[in-house]
Amino acid sequence: MTDIQLNYHDGTSDNRNVIDEEVPFPEGKLIVSRTDAKGVITHCNQAFVDISAFSESEIIGKPHHLLRHPDMPAAAFKDLWETIESKSKWNGYVKNLRKDGKYYWVYAVVVPNIRKGKVVGYASVRRKPSRTKIDECTELYKTMLAQENEQ
Amino acid sequence: MTYRMTVSPDFSPDFIAGWYIFNTWLQNQLSEAIHLELFDSFDDQRKEIQEDKIDLIFANPYDASTLIRDKGFIAVAAPSGKADEAVICVGTDSDISCVEDLKENCNVSMADDPEVNTIGMIMLEPADLNKGNVNISELSNYVMVAKSLINQQSDVGFFLKESYDNMSKFIKSQIRPIIASEISVITHSFLVGPQLINRVDDIRKLLNDMHNLEKGPGVLASLGFEHWVNQEQEDAEFMIDLMDTLIT
Repeated sequence: MTDIQLNYHDGTSDNRNVIDEEVPFPEGKLIVSRTDAKGVITHCNQAFVDISAFSESEIIGKPHHLLRHPDMPAAAFKDLWETIESKSKWNGYVKNLRKDGKYYWVYAVVVPNIRKGKVVGYASVRRKPSRTKIDECTELYKTMLAQENEQ
Repeated sequence: MTYRMTVSPDFSPDFIAGWYIFNTWLQNQLSEAIHLELFDSFDDQRKEIQEDKIDLIFANPYDASTLIRDKGFIAVAAPSGKADEAVICVGTDSDISCVEDLKENCNVSMADDPEVNTIGMIMLEPADLNKGNVNISELSNYVMVAKSLINQQSDVGFFLKESYDNMSKFIKSQIRPIIASEISVITHSFLVGPQLINRVDDIRKLLNDMHNLEKGPGVLASLGFEHWVNQEQEDAEFMIDLMDTLIT
């Protein structure tokens, strides 16, 4: 177990335990959450609660970076936000951090909730990724993270 | 004026009579003339939708998107406890025990049910399978999908869970589920079109109280569920957003 300080793009930081142990994605399920336009979680389903190891009350009202794993490069989330803020759909593979420090991989799709032409929030649905894609992204994100750390 | 009501063609044949009974009940409650038109195919129904010939519809989530966002329909109710889920099956004697056992160029059979087929293909993704690297046979109904598994013409078949559950014991003894979706949030909805916009509140109240009204429980039983749950427009909009995330 490693204790790591995570610094987020909004200027906040958090000390989190990180354990190098993967938790499998639940078979047949989709992990669903909804945020407001600022990325604060307003809704999540039971699969989200189960896989993240947080309780629902610990999730609702928190920013989505609650799940951010230190192995994820900042560039991936920058791309996500630039895409959805331009009212487009984003998809990608994400390594998420659980409350207990373990991790799980997802294939995530995020869409803006557009009502009367205005973005009122975002819906995110995660599904089970293939092992091939996880292996590819593990290598890719390592490289991206190394480049970010050099800068 | 006679309004036209229709039902998404993926409903179970067991409930055909139920929809006619429901139509009669609704006409009596609203004191409006409503003609029920059932379609064998999604294409035939969508043509009528495009030509603005439908006023009331029990729509699948795919068509709800077009109806709500392009055609001005309003969502009023969804059936209780009837989320749309998919089941992937193999033949009983198949060597395949999980999705990851499937390989490229495997044979996949499915019915003409876009929502089930989308969920089914998503459940194949962990095996790196997609529409481009499997052989798809689109068959006329779920019994034909089961037959293709039993006859070993397909490696896997997609089923609407409700259809799988209602299959005969004989068929179910010859096929085996390897994975079932538990999505919960995707459901059919009852939608009201622009021609009946002034009756939206009446229809919403009627459906949501139906289980308490005279003859209501019996009519609901003939449709295969116990009561409707209220569906606000935002509920339907959010479901459409979720469907959008699945089409990638």
